[in-house]
Formats: sequence, C-alpha cells, structure tokens
Amino acid sequence: MRIRTLVAATGALALSLVSGCAQGGAAGSSPNTVTYWLWDANQLPAYQACAKGFERENPGLKVRITQLGWSDYWTKLTAGFIAGTQPDVFTDHIQNFGQFADLKVLEPLDDLGIKDSDYQPGLAANWIGQDGHRYGAPKDWDTVALFYNSKMAKDAGLTAERLNSLSWNPEDGGTFEKAVAHLTVDAKGRRGDEPGFDRNNVKVYGLATNGGGFGDGQTQWSNFAASAGWNYLDKPRWGTKYQYDSKTFQSVVDWYFGLARKGYMPPLSDYNIQSNQANTQVAAGKAAIALDGAWMISTYAGFKGLDIKSALTPVGPIGKRATMMNGLADSITKASKNKAGARKWVSYLASDKCQTVVGRYGVVFPATPAGTRAAVAAYEKKGIDVSSFTEPVADKKHARTFSYPIASYSADMTALMTPAMEDIYGNGKPVSSLDRTNEQINLILSQ
Amino acid sequence: MTIASSSPPSRLPLGGAEGAPPKTIAQRAGAGENQGDGRLAAVFLAPALLGFVVFLLWPTLRGIYLSFTRFNLLTPAEWVGLDNYVRMVNDPIFWDSLTVTVEYVLINIGVQTVAALAIAVLLQRLTQSALLRGIVLTPYLMSNVVAGLVWLWILDTQLGIGNEILAAVGVDRIPFLADETWAIPTIALINVWRHVGYTALLLFAGLQAIPNDMYEAARVDGASEWRMFWRITMPLLRPVLAVVLIMTVIGSFQVFDTVAVTTAGGPANATNVLQYYIYGSAFGRFQFGYASAMSVALLVVLSAITILQYRLTRAGRTDLG
Repeated sequence: MRIRTLVAATGALALSLVSGCAQGGAAGSSPNTVTYWLWDANQLPAYQACAKGFERENPGLKVRITQLGWSDYWTKLTAGFIAGTQPDVFTDHIQNFGQFADLKVLEPLDDLGIKDSDYQPGLAANWIGQDGHRYGAPKDWDTVALFYNSKMAKDAGLTAERLNSLSWNPEDGGTFEKAVAHLTVDAKGRRGDEPGFDRNNVKVYGLATNGGGFGDGQTQWSNFAASAGWNYLDKPRWGTKYQYDSKTFQSVVDWYFGLARKGYMPPLSDYNIQSNQANTQVAAGKAAIALDGAWMISTYAGFKGLDIKSALTPVGPIGKRATMMNGLADSITKASKNKAGARKWVSYLASDKCQTVVGRYGVVFPATPAGTRAAVAAYEKKGIDVSSFTEPVADKKHARTFSYPIASYSADMTALMTPAMEDIYGNGKPVSSLDRTNEQINLILSQ
Repeated sequence: MTIASSSPPSRLPLGGAEGAPPKTIAQRAGAGENQGDGRLAAVFLAPALLGFVVFLLWPTLRGIYLSFTRFNLLTPAEWVGLDNYVRMVNDPIFWDSLTVTVEYVLINIGVQTVAALAIAVLLQRLTQSALLRGIVLTPYLMSNVVAGLVWLWILDTQLGIGNEILAAVGVDRIPFLADETWAIPTIALINVWRHVGYTALLLFAGLQAIPNDMYEAARVDGASEWRMFWRITMPLLRPVLAVVLIMTVIGSFQVFDTVAVTTAGGPANATNVLQYYIYGSAFGRFQFGYASAMSVALLVVLSAITILQYRLTRAGRTDLG
C-alpha cells in the first residue's frame, strides 16, 4: 500500500510540475489585467506613462508591460503562441505580420474604428490582412536618413547643405559617390578620390556598412533601389511576386556593393550584426556616414566626443529621394484571455492622448500627426534636428516613401535572401544569381 | 591535500577488474524477498523512467511522426508522407549544412582530443597540483553564449583586440568569424578552448585507473615516457577514450549556441550548421515537419557514427587486468 501511495504521490508531483510550467507564463492574466509586450527599452518609460493614463481612465484595469530584447522578443512570442502564454497585446512588426496572419494568431480589430486619415499616410492601411480584416493599430513610424560625422565632413569641405542635396545613379554613383569617396581616407592620409588611394588599407570609410541587408535592405540598399523606381513586389501589399530579378534592382545592388570593392565602404568581413554595425563603425571613427533609421537617433546623438548630424537620402534616377517608412502597430493575440481589456488598451494606445504622451519622451515618432509633432518638439528640446527623417514624409513631391515588403512567407524570403546577398557582397557572386533566388522565393509564395 | 597519482588508483567501473566485486544487495537477499525488492526497485526507477518517457521517448517518437507531416505548431499537423524527406534529399542547403557540420566536427574533435589527451597525460605524469587541475577546467565553467560573445568581440575584424594586436605587429587583419574559410575553424577552436579542460579531466580520471606499478615496472625496464605513453597509457586508456570520443562527437554534431551568437549561420551560409538550419526552419519559418525530418536524419547519422565508433574502438572491453 505504502508503495502505491508513493507512486501516486510521485506521479502527482510530476503532473503538478508539468502543469505548473504551463501556467507559469500566463500567471497574472485576469479580467483586471492586460499584459503588454514591447522590445525597445528606450520606449519603456514612455509607455509606462501612457499606461498610467489608461489606468486612471479605466479604474480596475491594470496594464502589465514586459520589455524583451528584439531577438528574444520574437522567440518568446512564438513560444507563447504555442504554449498559450502569449501576452494580450504586443508590439507588432510588418516583417512578422504576414506570418502571424497566416498562422491565424491575431485578433481582428475592425471594430476599433481605426481611420487611415487619423495617422501619417499609409500607416493604418498596412495592417489590413489578405482577408480584408484589420490586425494592427498604428503605433509609430520610422524613416532612414544619413548620419554623418560633422567634423569629418568639415575636414572634407562638405557643408550640411551640400550633404542634403546629393544625387545618385547606378552608373557613376553621382555626387553621392563623389562625397563618399572624398570622405574616405586611407592609412597614408590620401582621400578616396585622390591618386594613389590604397583601397586595401583604409583608415576611415566614407560609408559605414550594415551588412548584406537580408531581403529588405532597409538601412543598406533599399533607398537607392526605390529612388531608381524599383518595388519589392508586384503589388504594394500582399503581392505574389518578388522582383529581385529586376535588372534595375540588380544594377543598384551591383553599384552599392561596388562601393566596398572600391574601398569606400568596409568589406562584409568587417561587419558583424552583434559586434560591429554601422553605428559602431561611426562611433569608432572608422566611418564618416551611416545610413540608419530614426530609431537610432538617440544612439547617434549619444556618441561621446562626436558631433553626429543627419542628412536626407540622395535623390535617385526618378528625380526623388526615397526612404522606407516603416510603422509598428499594436496587435491583440487571438488566444488573449482578456480581449475586452485588450481592446480598450489598444484603442488607447492608438489615440492622440497616448501618442502625444509617448511623443513627449522624444524617443520615437508616434503614428498620429499630433504625436509626431510632440516628438519633433521633444527632439528639438534635446538639441537634435530630426528634419531629415520627417521631411520625406511631409514632402511627397520630392520624396518617395515605401513600406517594408508586405507578403506571406516573409521568413522564407529572408532565409533565402540573406545568404544570397552576402554571397554577392562578401564572395563577389554576380548579381544575376538573384534571378534564381527570386525564382525560389516566388515558388514558395505561389503555394 | 592532492589526489596524488602515486596513491592507490581508484578504479573506474571498467569491468574485468582484479578481485571479486562486492556482493550486491540482490545477491545477498534470499529468493523469497526478491518480489519485494522488485517493487522497491520500481519505485526507485519510476522518476527516472518517467523522465525518460516524458522527455526522451515520447518526443523522439512524436518527432519521427512529425517528420511525415506539414506542421506549423499552431494548426493540426497534416500527413504528407515522404514529402519532407524528398525535399531534404533535394535541398542543397541541407547538404551544405551537413558538410559544414562535418567540417566543424572534424576540426573540433580532432584538435580537442589531441589537446585534451596531452593535458591529461601532463596532469597525470608531471604535476599533482589540484589548483592546476582546477585552472584547466575554468573555461568550462563559462556559459557557451558568454564564451561565444567574448570571443566574437576579441576577434572582430575592425574593432577586436585580437585583430588590433595583429595589426600592431604588422600582420594583416583576419576576419576570423566573417570569412567563409576562417569561420568554421574559428568556431571549432572557440569550442575546443571551452571544452578541452573538461575532456582532459575525463581522460585524466581514466588515467587514474591505470595501476601505477605498470609504469614503475616499465621504468625499471628502462622505458622512456614516450614509449610508456604508447605501450601502457594508450592501450589501457582506450575504453575511456572511446566513451569520451563518442560523447564529444555527439555533442559536437549538435553545435548551435556558439554559431547562433557569433555568426548566425553566415556569412552566406558558411557556418549554417545542421542544428542551426533545423532551428531556423522550425522556429523561424514554422516548418516543423521539415525540421523534424532533418532532426531524424541527424539522429540516424549520429547513431551510425556511434555504433561504428563503438565497434572500431572496442569501447565495451578493456585490456586492463
């Protein structure tokens, strides 16, 4: 008898351990709590302030915010979807939106009354799925511009005005390439456009590298490709054919990675996603200009002993400058245990009230125009001019903004494009090799 | 106080040791009590058995089942027969992954085993210092991810102190983790650095089991250290060495964390080891069926290698005694 009791007790203990694990993550989910995840630590105080306002307006409801680093964030979210320990609301990225929509893990938000006109152009429409339902409420946006070391620019005789009016083409690189070449200095002090320049022994590169750029090239080649008139897909949203086989695109990529061959941009082997991204190269004085996103404004502004300024991306063959305009959104998980509370919180997050509060922290551009204005004012107060990031959004006549590619199977696209681009950049493979990669991606997309 | 090599050797259960083994409880117990012991044994075995079934047997069987399905974890698995295996055979990235993994294992195990053996013999024959034995083990105390990140920073082409030193002495910078040719050997050596102490300690324990009088007798006969190593140490260490090899080879085939933090499979898939490809397919692309099929392939490869190693090294038998 005693043995049987023991066996039973052991079994019970084991079972309770297993079920305890399963419940662990969801602990705290109750009718009174809304769990919320975000990845940007800089934004945490802003959203905590927003949550306070929400709790005041909704007595009895509490928001519990969890911040996780970018890569852990998606791993944990995926695990959460599988184990049923996902948050009620989470910050969503377009890159993952297609996949989540396909996996049917998101709650439709059609009844929240999100209107395109309430937000910066294009932001709200991007979060409509292929089925016509809305799955995200616009939260913020970012664009890409040039960050440059103002001392290096001055030494090279390049004024802010000049850097803001550069133009570019895939044949000879235009004034942009000339500026980048002039900013490049080899070990013997010769500039990139001077005779005898040693491209294998460069001390300061004109343009920093952010790697091969996966399939989106957000802070690498995307602004060049778009200002040459190229689009990722055959349709603005939910396209079914990628266009990496386009001759225009391939000529842009050839020119862009050609900057490394000429010694104006570091080779791929100098880049590491962990230890040496573009901003690190600028901070270390190894590069003069970096193409980087608005989410990095505070990082560049914080480099000690360096005066980093920003400039617009160069004007391309279509006569306009271009930048990706990417927006995040808040999504509700389909398996949320507190959908009513989650809806209220997402409505609040998407409102002017919350976005103005977030804007005042000067860490991100909120999606509503009022929120954006608050952010611009906050940056100004810190002494940071952010017009290079806001102007392309405001001035559609001279600038083209485009969105991150919105399509199904984006993880597969990235998995195939990452090595393909690295092969071109790092191993000198011809750009025409993208034809085959494009074929493979489109085959997956046609499933 | 140190565990001196001259003290009476503590024997490892290698089998075939001299003298009669002490009687087990079961042998001493009378036949009538056997049933009671069986029950007691069941109780003691139950937790381990539960663990085995829940964490090993069931996941393995389910993994094999999933390899015949299309499965994204969130919607029910859909039976697709051999589709995943057909895809695997035709997938150049899979074969590339396997080649990269084998390259890694050869460098990793080759260097690690030789180095560990050298360290173990030196520890056994030259020093009796427990402090030194402790120091040899220190890299193993560090987490793989931390070790990977620290080495990544040291070896960074543009900013790493390792490359700064190379540049200072006038040697060209080496893109250790960013070049197709260098990346796999570099990762393999980082892991050698971390695991060599542990492997050495396992071999050292094996060496302790070799009776010291053999060395004394050999010395009386005028044998050199070199000769003693090949004629006494190696033959008698063989079973332990075989087990250590089997364990480290299996571990080596499963390399993942160092790759994940240093190169993320790049540049251009040059370090896309099998486990990393499996992980990416499953948790990045939600292709759990295909990932399971590749896991089954890895299981088959590892089983075959283990059986082959076991046979070739006669791991189950000892020349001692």
